[in-house]
Amino acid sequence: MINSEGIHTAPRGGALRRKRIQRFGFLGMTLATALTVTPILLIVAHIYSTGMPAISLPFLTEIPRDGMRAGGILPAIVGTFWLTLGTALVAVPLGVGAAIYLSEYASDNRWTRAIRVAIINLAGIPSVVYGLFGLGLFVLFLGFGTSLLAGSLTLAIMTIPVIISTAEEALRAVPNSFRVVSISLGATQWQTIRRIVLPQALPGILTGIILGLERAAGETAPILFTVAAFFLPRLPTSIFDASMALPYHLFVISTQVPGMPIKIQYGTAVVLLTFVLGMNIIATVIRSRARARRRW
Amino acid sequence: MVVPGQGADGLFKPEQVKLRIEHLSVAYSDGTESLRDINLSIPEKATTVLFGPAGGGKSTLLRTLNRLNDLADVVDCQGHVWLDDVDILSPKVDVIELRRRVGMVFARPVVLPLTIRENLTYGLELSGEQNRSRLDDAVERSLHNAALWEEVHDRLDEPASSLSGGQQQRLCLARSLALEPDIILLDEPTSGLDPISTGKVETSLSHLKQDYTIVLVPHSIQQAARTADFAAFFLGGELIEYAVGRQIFTNPRDQRTEDYVEGRFG
Repeated sequence: MINSEGIHTAPRGGALRRKRIQRFGFLGMTLATALTVTPILLIVAHIYSTGMPAISLPFLTEIPRDGMRAGGILPAIVGTFWLTLGTALVAVPLGVGAAIYLSEYASDNRWTRAIRVAIINLAGIPSVVYGLFGLGLFVLFLGFGTSLLAGSLTLAIMTIPVIISTAEEALRAVPNSFRVVSISLGATQWQTIRRIVLPQALPGILTGIILGLERAAGETAPILFTVAAFFLPRLPTSIFDASMALPYHLFVISTQVPGMPIKIQYGTAVVLLTFVLGMNIIATVIRSRARARRRW
Repeated sequence: MVVPGQGADGLFKPEQVKLRIEHLSVAYSDGTESLRDINLSIPEKATTVLFGPAGGGKSTLLRTLNRLNDLADVVDCQGHVWLDDVDILSPKVDVIELRRRVGMVFARPVVLPLTIRENLTYGLELSGEQNRSRLDDAVERSLHNAALWEEVHDRLDEPASSLSGGQQQRLCLARSLALEPDIILLDEPTSGLDPISTGKVETSLSHLKQDYTIVLVPHSIQQAARTADFAAFFLGGELIEYAVGRQIFTNPRDQRTEDYVEGRFG
């Protein structure tokens, strides 16, 4: 067709049809997004509205009393804090180190490809299997007993693959031309990594670390056999102490203790959720800040 | 008399030779661009142009001269490259030190994700220079030499990526100069630049050759003719002809050089 200005245009019917398809497409994707987000918002809203009344200073700072039906949840909060910190101390250096090796030093051969496949598979192993592995290796064989140490190491093994994959991806996203230029200016490979590659990849690496730790903080199965105490109304004093932890405590008071006030169950869920969401928000802030600051 | 493939004996005095390439052969694992038995002497304080169609081996030769090819997938590298009587291909050579003496400017301007000043001091700081005033001197001197000082002297602490493409490429040149190298290698440094920026780069190069040995892969035959004191024509990994610039572009000896210079093939 040729319009009044002599410009070729598509037949009208076709344009209308394409427009309609486009509108349907958008509608479908909007619906899909809404369907994904709505349950999350509902869960969060339900837990916070039911649990917030339980949140008080004593609830956060006192030990449980009366068979956990009263008092606070401080031992569980402290336990989860130490577990997460211990996991970070082990998993971050190992995970980031392995990612640097795989991305910057290892050549692409059958061996490194096998390592990558193994890492991806490790990330898919059910967490209860990690729990059993931790029981066998750390608690029994190495004799750490049910302890913060055994729990942290078990959670670290579970977290390391997540950190390796995300950190390696972040490192690979740094343009190779930066490396070549840096080397051409007389930098060693390590200087190049330290001064150029790592700073560029840091936001991505941090995001991966936090997302991995967040998952570790919320896991129940791996700590079930390795660290968690059913009821231990005192704070851990060494890394060889068993400890309460938020996810396991939530499991216990939700299923194992008769006559448990609902308020306390939901209050515990609020604390755990806030812990995890807080880490998530930190990760998001780091990422968006870094994106705004990016210099290429 | 210049014999093809036999270097440029007689083009300049032996004591002017900065780089002497002897029987250099390079092959990549994927069988792409390679070099076969190159013999070539490059004089100090002059611009030597390596030109010819793509895939002829010019970039490979440049990347061999500061051992950047170490990063590439080279399966075979034979021969010698003498820089002031040191064979830089020898495994005993300090590659880091070599790369400080032989600077490189790439086709695409790649500024490091740092400020303008940090880009310029990067190499010096890595080599251990910490003296603030010496670093500042190097920044100013190299920016002057790359004809960039006027444009950036009041914004040295801004991200280098805020510069225009032409400015970024001159920053890359200045970054090499900051290390006070003996030799500057340039691989089609103006291929992405507008004519005005290209002119600025060429002008700085024409000043720089009074103090530095410049090896340039030009992005066009016109640029080759404008800038060359000496010119080497590469075709299919071989050195076809090496002569004084004026001569090779007006009166080439080899038929293949003539065909290329007159535009019968690209």
